[in-house]
Amino acid sequence: MSGPDELRVVVVGAGPAGIRAAETLVAAGLKPVVIDEGERAGGQIYRRPPQGFTRPPETLYGSETAKAVALHETFDAMAATGRLAHHPRSSVVAIADGRLQVLDGAGSRWIAYDRLILATGAMDRVMPVPGWQNAGVYGLGAMQIALKAQGAALGRRLVLAGSGPLLTLLAVQLLKAGAEIAAVLDTAPMRRQLRGFPGLSARPLFALRGLMMRRRLAGLYHAGVQLERIEADERGPVALLWRDPRGREQRTACDAVGLGWHLRAETRLADLAGCDFAYDETWRQWLPKADAVGRAVPGVYLAGDGLRILGADGAEVAGRLAAAACLQDLGLPAPDMAGDRRRLARLSRFARGVAEAFPWPAEAAAGLPDETVICRCEGVTAGELRKTVDFGGGEVNRAKSLGRVGMGRCQGRYCEIAAAEIVAGSAGHGCVAAAGRLRGQAPVRPVPVAALLQDAVVEG
Amino acid sequence: MGRLVRLTETDRAPLRFVLDGAEHRALAGDTVLSAVLSVAPALRRSEFGPEARAGFCLMGACQDCWIWQEDGSRLRACSTPLVEGMRLLSDIPGDWP
Repeated sequence: MSGPDELRVVVVGAGPAGIRAAETLVAAGLKPVVIDEGERAGGQIYRRPPQGFTRPPETLYGSETAKAVALHETFDAMAATGRLAHHPRSSVVAIADGRLQVLDGAGSRWIAYDRLILATGAMDRVMPVPGWQNAGVYGLGAMQIALKAQGAALGRRLVLAGSGPLLTLLAVQLLKAGAEIAAVLDTAPMRRQLRGFPGLSARPLFALRGLMMRRRLAGLYHAGVQLERIEADERGPVALLWRDPRGREQRTACDAVGLGWHLRAETRLADLAGCDFAYDETWRQWLPKADAVGRAVPGVYLAGDGLRILGADGAEVAGRLAAAACLQDLGLPAPDMAGDRRRLARLSRFARGVAEAFPWPAEAAAGLPDETVICRCEGVTAGELRKTVDFGGGEVNRAKSLGRVGMGRCQGRYCEIAAAEIVAGSAGHGCVAAAGRLRGQAPVRPVPVAALLQDAVVEG
Repeated sequence: MGRLVRLTETDRAPLRFVLDGAEHRALAGDTVLSAVLSVAPALRRSEFGPEARAGFCLMGACQDCWIWQEDGSRLRACSTPLVEGMRLLSDIPGDWP
């Protein structure tokens, strides 16, 4: 067997999971390669503004400042001393034969790996709302990135809608920064939120902080709403129409709308790496299969929100565990995993509470009017998608071939979860898992033809 | 009028860029998306519908924010830093076949 020096472990993603995975590998004497799409390591939740911005970490990360700063400093120290190889602003677009195709500003090249740790994170899970294709409708995560990384709001008068911890957190962050918020609309009914309490009590401080933030929103916050429609003119949104829990129609004037129902895992690379998937009833989405510490298929390890949506703290723990499992399998000294496995179990209990309290409104998808745009990339409507069921038998890959939902530039990242609900509903499947899972296809990001034409460089 | 509202961090050095032939000012550290949306409501027209597009995820996942450059190439506005003198177009370049 080759010595640690010649082993190449590649970590994809430099958020909390990727950074802790890299740290664990470095501590064992390996020099991992870290490939990340960001300019600076930190991921989305601990994203750093570009050089030259001056807000202190306390302003950017609030109660999570110490964690954010620790992650940034840990990573920067490893990169500065050459203990890892950092490839920022680089996307892995394909995986084949133990090699990754990596796209950066200079073009495309192949990087070989002996072991692969995928820490690809998550993105907003979005339910289409009629009118959401207009300019000025964003994911909640997008509004947080604009604030954190650019110091800006994406409109003058914002409505935030959806459900999950980010809805409240982002509203408070925007208010603090001086943005105007017209309403915060939560589709989770209050009684449902209370049902999540046993799970949420696994992290009492976290839950309490959420309640305090909710109080700061006072009259802006409404639970148990139904979203009806985004009214727009040629510039973008002018109002969001919604129904309160008593069914009364409400209209809130705004010029931007943020939408998000907690998160969905980014799983395209796990798919290309050959991982198996299972439908997860808690998270109402397909997630890759792995053992308790992140072993997926031989040589491939998964960590963070791309595997299980436990949030940033869970991602740090999962990153350490995946790297420890990798070291163990390589026959190298690995850190003890018992403590982190206990932590992960507690964080999983909390995450299930979150999923229970802030559910994905599956029934809203089935009820969307036929003219609602489902695929934002190509303007495919719910009616067109429903028509494919007559020809395709209610399976999402057939629906994609026939109706192009999932074939646009985002490859279904923002429509496939709602699209599957619509397909399953039209086909009368009873459960959405029966509609199947959209297969991943390389390249997982659009690649300019010029990058494919140049001579492919293979490292190692 | 722009869509984006600068709430803080406005003491950065100015940068110039050109959108549809008109010169505008932005700030060093802006992404192309921030710069364009600080002076315009959208980045481009949708090629599949009547509406305009102004980005959606801001993290490189949705590919909604691409914009033309005058030389005919396109770039992802949310993850591309603005560079002094960049020349951008909200519509297809005139001589596009």
